[in-house]
Amino acid sequence: MHCQVPYCLAQDLDTLDRRLIDSYQRGLPVCIRPFHSIAERLGCNEDDVLARLERLQAMGVLSRVGPVFDHARAGASLLAAVAVPDAERDAFAELINAAPGVNHNYAREHDFNLWFVMTAPDEAELEARLDDLEARLGVPILRLPMLEGYHIDLSFPIPWAELERA
Amino acid sequence: MKTTDDPGHANPGAALSVSSRDAERRLRGLLEKGLPLASRPWQALAEQAGMSEEQVMACVRRWQADGMIKRLGLVVKHRRLGIQANAMVVWNVPDARVAEVGRRLAHETAVTLCYRRPRRLPDWPYNLFSMIHGTRRERVEAELAAMIERQGLEDLEHRMLFSTQAYRQCGGRYVGEGVA
Repeated sequence: MHCQVPYCLAQDLDTLDRRLIDSYQRGLPVCIRPFHSIAERLGCNEDDVLARLERLQAMGVLSRVGPVFDHARAGASLLAAVAVPDAERDAFAELINAAPGVNHNYAREHDFNLWFVMTAPDEAELEARLDDLEARLGVPILRLPMLEGYHIDLSFPIPWAELERA
Repeated sequence: MKTTDDPGHANPGAALSVSSRDAERRLRGLLEKGLPLASRPWQALAEQAGMSEEQVMACVRRWQADGMIKRLGLVVKHRRLGIQANAMVVWNVPDARVAEVGRRLAHETAVTLCYRRPRRLPDWPYNLFSMIHGTRRERVEAELAAMIERQGLEDLEHRMLFSTQAYRQCGGRYVGEGVA
C-alpha cells in the first residue's frame, strides 16, 4: 500500500472544519451522543458535524475519529530500520508493508533508509514477526524499542495561516 | 473476580470474566478502526462487540483513566494537509543526561514525540529520538537550530533524518485480527 498522496489545500477547509480539527484532536466526549455535544459547543447541529467528519475522512484529512492507544500498553511495538540499496528501496518497502503488524513505513535520509513501526499483540509475537521479516528481507533489522517516553501527546497544532501561504 | 446472580453457571465468575475480556478485546479491535460516524457511535460499537452501550462507554473511560487510551478524537493525516516535512532528530546523549534532555525537548511545542531508545553500536550511536513536523524543510531546520540554542544542546551529536517518502502512514493497530 502506498500512502503518498497529493496534499489538499488548507483553503478547502472552512472555519467549521478547522475548528473541529483544532478543538477535537483530543477530548471527544464520552457520552451517548458525542457529536451532538460537539455541535452544541461549536454552535451548529449534529448532522453538520457528522457530515464534516465524513467529508474530512473521505478527503483523507482524517484517518479516523477514535482513540489513540498507548503503544506500550496496547500490545508490543518497536521502531525498526533497515539499510537497503536506494535503487531497490521501493521493493523492500513493499515487502515490509506486506508483513503483518507494520503500521508506519517511511524512507529517510540516512544509510538506514527505511524506518517502520512493527506491532504485535505481545513481545514474543513481535520478535517472531521481526525474525520472519528479517529472513525475507535478507538484511539485518535495527531494533529500537522505546525505553522511556518523555512526550506522549501526538496531537499537533495545525499552522493554518502558514499552510495557506504555502 | 466478577460475580453474577445467574445460578445456572457452574463457575459464573470465571465464565463472565472470560467473556467480558473477549468483548473488550473485540471492542479494542473495533475502536482501532475508528468510531462509526453516527449519532450514537458507542451503541453501534456495543452491538458489534456484544456489550451494552453503557459498558462500552465505561470501558473507554477506564482505558482513558489508566492511560491505555492516550487521546480520543480526530486523528489527522498531517501530510494530507500539507504538513509534509517530518524530521526524526536523533541525539547521542550521555546516559546520565538523557532523561533531563528528553524532558526538555518534550516541552518544545515543535517536538511531537520524544523517546529514549537503545544505542546499537557500532551502527547506531543515538539514544534519544525526537520528531519535528512542519510545512517545509527549511522551517523544520530553522526550528531545530532555534531549539538547540534555546536548550543549550550545541555539544550533543545529532542527526536530522527527513522523511522522503511515506510508504505507509496509518494509525496503530495492535489487536490485529482480520485487520488489513
